Amino acid sequence: MKPFDYVRPATVTEAVAAAAQPGAAYLAAGTNLLDLMKGGVSRPDRLVDVTHLDGLDQIETLADGSLRIGALVSNADLAHDPEFARSYPAVAEALLSGASAQLRNAATVGGNLLQRTRCVYFYDTASRCNKRDAGTGCDARDGENRTHAVLGWSESCIATHPSDFCVPLVALDAVVEIEGRNGRREIALDALHRLPGNTPERDSALEPGDLIVAVRLPPPARGFSAHARYLKVRERTSYAFAVVSAAAALRIENGRIAEARLALGGVAAKPWRARAAEDVLRNVAPTADAFQEAAWRALADAKPSGDNAFKIELARRIVVRALLLAAAGTPARLPALPASPFASTSGAIHA
Amino acid sequence: MNHSISLTVNGARRDFVLDDPRVTLLDLLRERLHLTGTKKGCDRGQCGACTILVDGKRINSCLALAISHDGADILTIEGVARGDQLHPVQAAFIAHDGFQCGFCTPGQIMSAIGMMQEAQAGNDPERIRECMSGNLCRCGAYAGIVDAVLEAQAGMDESNQRRSA
Repeated sequence: MKPFDYVRPATVTEAVAAAAQPGAAYLAAGTNLLDLMKGGVSRPDRLVDVTHLDGLDQIETLADGSLRIGALVSNADLAHDPEFARSYPAVAEALLSGASAQLRNAATVGGNLLQRTRCVYFYDTASRCNKRDAGTGCDARDGENRTHAVLGWSESCIATHPSDFCVPLVALDAVVEIEGRNGRREIALDALHRLPGNTPERDSALEPGDLIVAVRLPPPARGFSAHARYLKVRERTSYAFAVVSAAAALRIENGRIAEARLALGGVAAKPWRARAAEDVLRNVAPTADAFQEAAWRALADAKPSGDNAFKIELARRIVVRALLLAAAGTPARLPALPASPFASTSGAIHA
Repeated sequence: MNHSISLTVNGARRDFVLDDPRVTLLDLLRERLHLTGTKKGCDRGQCGACTILVDGKRINSCLALAISHDGADILTIEGVARGDQLHPVQAAFIAHDGFQCGFCTPGQIMSAIGMMQEAQAGNDPERIRECMSGNLCRCGAYAGIVDAVLEAQAGMDESNQRRSA
């Protein structure tokens, strides 16, 4: 690991000033960053430790009914908060399907949003990678790429964003609060992560010094609690990143879908909101046929970036299954194996 | 630049001067305190052999910078027995052959203790497997590990019942 300076600011303002310097990086739990630093993938000159800052570890309901989650709340504390799990069950299920219990205890909300891709060529410093070292090329393009992107990729980069948490969050219109050099601003989570284009070295819309201080779920997000699921296909049933995942949330009134929300994980460099699919589910009965049509729309623009054409059909099927399970109703208890399509206790209807 | 931190390790306060901020909790425990029960397996957060409790919660000590944990309360495998009396989870691992080579065992035991405190698995073997998935055992002693955790959990449930009766 390259040597670095360590600073521990006392306030958010001090943190932003310290992190705006070239070569600086924020340190929260470090579960992703330290791994990247040990591998020489990330080589910061300075770590700005934000773990001791006050006021960033609260979960609070605001006057308008929004939920505000501080950036330093741990993944485990959030998922196990009973009120949170009741109101946003697909988000809790996604959190509990990610990583291991040890990592969820440490990893933070802000860090989860900003975790880097798990593309093996990004991790392997002997490989060419435009995301790690801009302009060097992409060895994934002609390499082992069965888990890579099928939506939104470019010739420069076919990496995916690995977060589970972000998938239901983007479906529920989450907003990210950012403290930067010019003060506080907020952007939709959907606008935080960038597609690669010709600049895959930039994962997000954040500028130097920008610190995520909170994630907010707007009032309508609670309206989906009765019909919400997150499903995730992985190469082993626990402690693995998604090959493909889907968050489905429905508001059902008088036997018809009043509003649908759908997002996919593991398919692109950002959590992938499927608005065209949501549109065809407005004011229709929640049937398998309608969900097949929605799945078709969700993947209409998908194309393989390598040996991964299977992911497109897999994504369609996981979308249909997630929607069917959401329509059947959020289970009273989280399944023993969160987000598993193979869970024996989920009462799964097979797509 | 030197940084001073203090930790409570297995009940005792320890003060350190770090001349390099790169030191992880894992390396601090092993190299500075010679508490070598906490194992360095992958050193990248994938195997769970380095699991310890920090402020009561299980984490991977290989991915935690010591300097960032100033003031933390740490429990390692060396701190779970009371004198010669094994922790119930330790005793259950012996009773159920929850190990073969033993390298992953301190991490498995610390993870099991953390899991029982989290109260997320109860006595459901499927939940226990899920909640222990962050600890790999290359000897494949998983069946014994699950049995050991089930027994320790049952013992804890029983003593809680006795206490509340």
